[in-house]
Amino acid sequence: MLRIKRLLIPGVDKKLLVRDAARLMPDVSRRRFLAGGASLGALTLLTGCDVVDGDSAEHLLAKVSKFNDAVQAAIFNPNTLAPTFSEKEITRPFPFNAYYSLDEAPTIDGGEWKLEVSGLVQNKKSWTLQELTQLPEVSQITRHVCVEGWSAIGQWSGVRLRDFLELIGADTKANYVWFRCADDYTSPIDMPTALHPQTQMTFKFGGEVLPRAYGYPMKIRIPTKLGFKNPKYVVSMEVTNDYKGGYWEDQGYNSFSGL
Amino acid sequence: MSTTALTDPSPTTTTAPTSGATVHPLWVRVMHWINAIAMLTMILSGWQIYNAAPLFDFQFARSLTLGGWLGGGLLWHFAAMWVLVINGLLYVVLGFATGRFRRKLWPISFSAITSDLSQAVRLRLSHDDLDRYNAVQKALYVGVLLVGVVIVASGLAIWKPVQFHVLTALLGGYDAARYVHFAAMSAIVVFAVIHIALAALVPKALRAMIIGR
Repeated sequence: MLRIKRLLIPGVDKKLLVRDAARLMPDVSRRRFLAGGASLGALTLLTGCDVVDGDSAEHLLAKVSKFNDAVQAAIFNPNTLAPTFSEKEITRPFPFNAYYSLDEAPTIDGGEWKLEVSGLVQNKKSWTLQELTQLPEVSQITRHVCVEGWSAIGQWSGVRLRDFLELIGADTKANYVWFRCADDYTSPIDMPTALHPQTQMTFKFGGEVLPRAYGYPMKIRIPTKLGFKNPKYVVSMEVTNDYKGGYWEDQGYNSFSGL
Repeated sequence: MSTTALTDPSPTTTTAPTSGATVHPLWVRVMHWINAIAMLTMILSGWQIYNAAPLFDFQFARSLTLGGWLGGGLLWHFAAMWVLVINGLLYVVLGFATGRFRRKLWPISFSAITSDLSQAVRLRLSHDDLDRYNAVQKALYVGVLLVGVVIVASGLAIWKPVQFHVLTALLGGYDAARYVHFAAMSAIVVFAVIHIALAALVPKALRAMIIGR
């Protein structure tokens, strides 16, 4: 939650002011409280005084973000497919994106690498790259949308995550599939999205072995989620009912982040 | 809010209201200021989001952005959107239901707009009767309401380009919808600059939006 602190504007005596303001509100129904929070934020900027730099605003925004998770889960239609594109619409070169530079990206030996499987599954055996790439392959040309706003079209091939979850006897009634990566990146994916027909365990980009820049040996490609919910260099998958957080989610990005 | 406040008290056929008559009923004033605050929050947090991947060769000054970083800007944007949309929808419903839109914004004719506009640029257009909008005002208020529809539609298209892919396609695709969203924001900012400048020139218009008279 370190980064969330940075979203608030520095200043004076925030807690008292927010508490006083809240007391003045006649009806603390959800909507009015939200209206109050947002207006306090804007008021700060107008007056230059500081009414929102505090745990209250941070807490309120986090609550609204949780509410937005629920709204997005309700909007999510498991049968709605992400638009697909033709080969000539592919963005070249496709951008590399991470919270570090390319030379700091993990270098993984595909022969040594194994995918660990844990949690609510019947078969917890680890999988080698060779075993995984022998499973039926699907391919998609879809748009990757970054939380920053830019987008790029790419071609990803691999195994449908849904097929793999069924193969290992995962409890598909569980809440999340939680991914961990070689760079200590983590991200939770809600089960309906994990079971979406376009959600893919990706081993190829543009028909070639997945390059290191895009997550070798395995990336999870989810065209119904923002890019940061598409983990690269994945080393383990846990089927769980618990919300375990994620690298960006813990810093304040909306957790559902559906498209 | 009492039910009497919902009916615009000014009769339809009067000439200038006597001083003391209510120009803006309470619901209009309350919603106006909620909208102003929500809109400001949306714009300043939107500039923060824009800065993460600028569409043009410039960024907004950090001091003009809300949220501190991209994640903070997004939290503010997706919180204030509820205030903006709920308040905006209620305003439009009440605007039609109470007859305020019909009384204040109708009729609106192209010739009246051009004639009033030519007077306005020569600073000869009267603002004396606060209860009656001139044609330029009508055009601006109707225009900004329509831009409001565009900014919400393009916002939805960017937010949910898969679930609402038909809407996104109607706006020319994901990347084009970002430009539409930006253009709508720009139009609202231009409107706000004119609107605030005129309110400063005619202080009683500002007073009427605060105390009603």
